[in-house]
Amino acid sequence: MTFRHALRWLSAAILFAAALVCPPVTAQSLASFEQRVTVHRLANGWTFLLVRRPVAPVFSFVTLADVGSAQEVPGIYGLAHMFEHMAFKGTPNIGTTDWPAEEKALALVETAYQAWQAERLSPHPDAAKVQTLEAEFKQREEEAGRFVIKGEFDSLIQREGGVGLNASTGADTTRYFYSLPANKLELFAYLESERFFHPVFREFYQEREVVQDERRYSVDSQPVGKLIEQLLGSAFITHPYSHSTIGAVSDLQTFTRTDAEAFFRTWYAPSNLLTVLVGDIDPATAIPMIEKYFGRIPARPMPPPLRTVEPEQIAEKTIVLKDRTEPIYIEAYHKPAVTGPDEPAWDVLDLVLANGRASRLYRSMVRDKKLAVQVSTFSGIPGAKYPHLWGVFVVPAQGASLDKVRDAVRAELDRLKSGDTTDAELSRAKRRVRATLLRDLQSNEGLARQLADAQRSYGDWRETFRYLDRVDAVTKADVQRIATATFIDSHRTVGEVIRDEQPAPGPTTAQEGN
Amino acid sequence: MRAQAHRLLLAAGFAAWSLAGVGSLASAQVDKAADLRFPPLRETTAPTPQRVVLDNGLTVLLLEDHELPLVDATALIRTGSLDEPADKVGLADLTGRVLRTGGTQRQSGDEIDDFLENRAATIETSISDDAGSARLSCLREDFFDTFQTFADILRRPAFDATKIELARNRSIAEVARQNDDPQDILDREFHEIVFGKDSPEARSPTFASLAAIRRADLVAWHAKYFHPERVVLGIVGDIDPAATLAKVREVFGDWPRGAAIQERAPKPPHEVKPGVYTVDLDEIPQSNIAMGYLGIRRDDPDIFAVEVLNQLFGGSFASRLFANVRSKKALGYVVYGGVNSDWGRPEVTELVLTTKGQTTGAGVAALLDEARRLFTEPPSDTEVEEAKKALLSSFVFTRDSVRKTLRQRQTLEYWGYPADWFERYRSGVEAVTTEQVRKSAQRLIHPEKFAIVVVGPAALRERPLSDFGPVTPLDITIPGAPKAGKQP
Repeated sequence: MTFRHALRWLSAAILFAAALVCPPVTAQSLASFEQRVTVHRLANGWTFLLVRRPVAPVFSFVTLADVGSAQEVPGIYGLAHMFEHMAFKGTPNIGTTDWPAEEKALALVETAYQAWQAERLSPHPDAAKVQTLEAEFKQREEEAGRFVIKGEFDSLIQREGGVGLNASTGADTTRYFYSLPANKLELFAYLESERFFHPVFREFYQEREVVQDERRYSVDSQPVGKLIEQLLGSAFITHPYSHSTIGAVSDLQTFTRTDAEAFFRTWYAPSNLLTVLVGDIDPATAIPMIEKYFGRIPARPMPPPLRTVEPEQIAEKTIVLKDRTEPIYIEAYHKPAVTGPDEPAWDVLDLVLANGRASRLYRSMVRDKKLAVQVSTFSGIPGAKYPHLWGVFVVPAQGASLDKVRDAVRAELDRLKSGDTTDAELSRAKRRVRATLLRDLQSNEGLARQLADAQRSYGDWRETFRYLDRVDAVTKADVQRIATATFIDSHRTVGEVIRDEQPAPGPTTAQEGN
Repeated sequence: MRAQAHRLLLAAGFAAWSLAGVGSLASAQVDKAADLRFPPLRETTAPTPQRVVLDNGLTVLLLEDHELPLVDATALIRTGSLDEPADKVGLADLTGRVLRTGGTQRQSGDEIDDFLENRAATIETSISDDAGSARLSCLREDFFDTFQTFADILRRPAFDATKIELARNRSIAEVARQNDDPQDILDREFHEIVFGKDSPEARSPTFASLAAIRRADLVAWHAKYFHPERVVLGIVGDIDPAATLAKVREVFGDWPRGAAIQERAPKPPHEVKPGVYTVDLDEIPQSNIAMGYLGIRRDDPDIFAVEVLNQLFGGSFASRLFANVRSKKALGYVVYGGVNSDWGRPEVTELVLTTKGQTTGAGVAALLDEARRLFTEPPSDTEVEEAKKALLSSFVFTRDSVRKTLRQRQTLEYWGYPADWFERYRSGVEAVTTEQVRKSAQRLIHPEKFAIVVVGPAALRERPLSDFGPVTPLDITIPGAPKAGKQP
């Protein structure tokens, strides 16, 4: 994940928190939504939320799989994201000219790959044998490729007017989304059920190359991407939040189609999936359609919960990345899961500290001390389902010393600990939360995202609106209390990018050996 | 968490119905998407904004949208950095930012920050290469108050000197950081080659050009361009049109027209020198490739054929570039391309790819092959039909929100395109033939004339880039940059 991705994630988390603060609006909105939302759970456990919003004859949806890179173990780092890519490759009915023949060909590809890899990774590989086995694998791959109809899954959506087709993978969840004209609801039901009923991982090893290139793009060519990866690896010593979603280079070069299939069977059980549809849809016709298509999928056991709990950090850590780029400063602290009781207080704290030109960090560091040209806070890094990182991200002004940047950040965190939040700051933050939610309700996509997050996090979409009451109840003492409990030296991890014309040897050569 | 995520929340009365409704339909099976039959789509027409031109020439577009208690106002101002003097590059951008941050005759910049934040409202201003904009977003009850500030910002900005320095600090940091992201380097260098290194379209600020800008320059820029006859104002949201129009007249009605301005004349297109241009960055593992030259303007007679061409060639997940270069050859993560157009001036024609350093040559070759294949295997009837169907079926999304409709009308008004341009787009695409698509490719795609820019690790390349034409190394040193490692 690049930091841009990280920030997008962060804003999603904030928006999610954003619900309607003013009591009249809360009541009105929740009442209005009660009329418009239908929740339907299939016998196999897949949950659907249908939200009627007939402002235009279109609908948007998001399917949220409750699995992310936090469910990966060593050896398959990056597989959750890899699966996301494979979910566009089709099924026995989509993307093939001859499924029975292709199925046999794909089995031969996998056997050939495993044989090649076993030799390649053995303690004493025989170079000639490796070469022969690789050639065999390439041959099998080529044979299987002859049955592939390129991009048929995407084509079927686009030719029927689908827009915004994409997916994203994070540490907590994997999301799949697009929008269609309202008369194409059955196309959605068919395609979305197909790919999670019996996905075919064709072109797996080609796509694995693409994902390796995505890593080069979003991490290895980006100082901030590299810094965040190092920061996570340092701040977490036990929890799987310690590895990046994009995955480890070694694993991206070695995990197999068999690994991906096992991952799918475990984590894409229908009971682990949630789909929210918003737009010009009528539950009376939609529910039977959903039953017909998604009901085909057999129930599978709910996957196991994550056992690992990150212990309290007992040592302050500092990461210094020397690169041929300008400086960046980050400091991060551990923060509770998004479902914790203090999440609304965290929202208020973020808004007071870093939202806009009237915020404390902007006025202190950008306007007055001129140490930074941009300063923001982030939360939900790398995920938010489990205790995660909250932090401050600073783009220093030209020539500003990082020591002074650090002191300026600490001064503002200390002020929060001293409890000097004002009533004006508090009420301003609460109003901002309300307005931000309102703005996100303007689009089908925004609404789908909001309700999916609430449904997944709390098991109830209504929390989107009830959350407002919780924000409204936040006091100045709450902000002081969480600041005091969090901003402790031994809980801190600092990340710095420092300019150096002779940077450490990068991934250029070391990581490309295959 | 996960255990709680599936509590059943059936709406009242729905449970019984849904259980009854299921059985009869579940038996039918569909094996192929082609077997699906869709009901007709409900026809919709985009709402027509109310259009008023005030006596002073200010054009106003209004649309009501009462779904949520929000109001957006946007002013587009006829100005842009294309008119900047060469020794003060960055002036338009600074003016655009300090317009908002530098306060007005009534409120200081800090007072505006507090005023807006207290209302959870935003006003942001900017000047791009060919348009200035000011955008207000607020809750309904705050509209008249914040709109007064919005008008003050456009009409009576104070350009406070300390805010100019803040904005300049930011611009200086942007110059210092302009080589930190390989994608930024690629974008900048490709534009410099396509439009000409010192052309207003491609040039970027330098430490020297930023240092040369004075407060008087910002004041003069505003005085020259910010006049009502150069402004298209759009207001959409939870408004009463009559009261809103009265408010517009109140705050803008006495804004005097400006002196006539000699508008910049269109100039002959820059001749791109074909060949390979390289930026060697050995600290990254990936090559970032762009190739092409100038594109077209949106009023080009072939625009609809080009839209279809782009869709099938490199504008979607189902396109030739994506299917062949990414899915099949697995050469890289980012791949797209096409003949790009803009409302007011030609955009770029470009093919873009990221690929690992060791496949740089293969990547360049693959893009060139796809461009040439447009002639050896020209777009088929099926490809053209698929692309047209995609564009036409998704047309409904051009009018799926009232805000979008207003934004479109405002853009068309600003650029002087017909108000029914999106309707013409639909019928235009409908009428496109395979022959027209092929002809537009022949007219606009000339791989032998491409400038090829490669930003990445020279040491890893598997074949010399001179295979693709004469190689010109590019110098990306930032003029006037302080020596490395110096941190005051």
